[in-house]
Amino acid sequence: MEKHKVALESLDPYRIRNDFPIFERKIRGKPLIYFDNAATSQKPKSIIEVEKRFYEETNANIHRAVHTLSYESTVLYEESHKKVANFIGAKNWREIIFTRNATESINLVAYGWGLHNLRKGDEVLITIMEHHSNIVPWQMLRDQKGITLKILDIDDEGRLKLDELPRLISERTKLVSVIHASNVLGTVNPVRHVINEAKKVGALVLVDAAQSIPHIPVNVTELGCDFLVASGHKMLGPTGTGFLYGRYEILNEMEPFLYGGDMIETVTIEKSTWNELPWKYEAGTPNIAGGIGLGAAVDYLNRIGVEKIFKHEREIVGYSLERMSDFPWIELYGPRGNDRVGVVLFNISGVHPHDVAGILDEEGIAVRSGHHCAQPLMRRLGMDIAVRASFYLYNTKEEVDKFVEVLREVRRLF
Amino acid sequence: MEYLLDHYKNPRNYGSLQNPDITHEEGNPSCGDVIRIDLKITDNKVQKVKFTGKGCAISQAAASILTDMIVDKDVDYIKEINKDDMLSALGVTLSPVRYKCGLLALKVLRSGVHGIKNWPGEEE
Repeated sequence: MEKHKVALESLDPYRIRNDFPIFERKIRGKPLIYFDNAATSQKPKSIIEVEKRFYEETNANIHRAVHTLSYESTVLYEESHKKVANFIGAKNWREIIFTRNATESINLVAYGWGLHNLRKGDEVLITIMEHHSNIVPWQMLRDQKGITLKILDIDDEGRLKLDELPRLISERTKLVSVIHASNVLGTVNPVRHVINEAKKVGALVLVDAAQSIPHIPVNVTELGCDFLVASGHKMLGPTGTGFLYGRYEILNEMEPFLYGGDMIETVTIEKSTWNELPWKYEAGTPNIAGGIGLGAAVDYLNRIGVEKIFKHEREIVGYSLERMSDFPWIELYGPRGNDRVGVVLFNISGVHPHDVAGILDEEGIAVRSGHHCAQPLMRRLGMDIAVRASFYLYNTKEEVDKFVEVLREVRRLF
Repeated sequence: MEYLLDHYKNPRNYGSLQNPDITHEEGNPSCGDVIRIDLKITDNKVQKVKFTGKGCAISQAAASILTDMIVDKDVDYIKEINKDDMLSALGVTLSPVRYKCGLLALKVLRSGVHGIKNWPGEEE
């Protein structure tokens, strides 16, 4: 037990880096410093190997044939759903639907549930902090169904104005769709509180966990949310992977989003009936290798421990903020407390964010500059664009030092 | 780099013209860069040129460099300036992701003088 506690103390990013082949890569002759993890994470060798091995040894379509390969593929693909279910504390693995990404997962809910259950005058509540993917699908429903879209604001530090919730939530509220951790500010929102408020009026709650699942322990049963979406490729998994968690009763009642192969039970020319969960929502041949890779990503994260990853990231983000606060010409955004994931949003006064990112790239440092697919939030913060550095388990303080050194060089140049 | 930054920090021909013969503004929506160019044309020559804009160092320096290139030049000459001319005038090698920054001013100029969105025979 004592030993276990010690193991939880800290994670060794230098050891972890050995698992990631991309860190052998040089950018313009310089070691890669990858600070764009909120966009997508790098992939450990073990996950790349799992996909490769699938194609070399097992490749076949699932649920289709009696032959050995098809059977093995089906088992592996289903097991991956079970791994994801366990990872997020879902009671039933059939509540996990594999998609291409969190965006597709939200669209699945908007089309499968929203289009058939919402009526004129119904309300959907989101926050000003949302990624475009959690705004635009609801705008579609507003325009097609005449629902009203309500917006919860943030304070100047970038935290949700929770005291405004009672005013915004009413009997008309049918869904509250909220981002768990902000891809722009790093804020971790108290979704539990939002869920409790929504439940008082019987509204469903969707949690956009794209930026939290890779970094913070998340348990859907403890949270009590109705839907949760995430992207597999941000949590060490292959690109083209993501998932939707939905409560069994709701998923069972909902209409399919995509129609075709594998999602049907019987088809006659007059009528079709739907397959059991989760296949009802996974029409056509899915990303089988990717889905299996996602299961391997979950194995990897479990082996390291998400708690430890969170602790490590908090250290890195804390160190970055501390170093960057030394310079009055760096403008930092977002909350200053511990309630944030490893995202730092900033600007260098007088220098355009693309120029900052361009010079960092010259030194092998990958950051993101732009509006981060959250234009309403950027406007709320009073800016067009900014630079974002986002961290993960393989980043080190040494990399942060190099990053700060280049920022000083940017300042000197301009 | 120094040359480009000098044009960024001390832009030539910055401002706007009263009663320009041609005025045109465009932007790159994805990054928010905007440039407007005003031209005064006399005897088919650029008598005066001014630009305003906001955006990254590359887009703004390119506008300064381009406007410098076209003062006293024939409109026909301006129509001949192509992407390669513009990119090589910048004095740095841009990575492909920054081409649209470096080429925005030229796009605005050519759209202004041609009165069309894209220059002939080329994709945007």
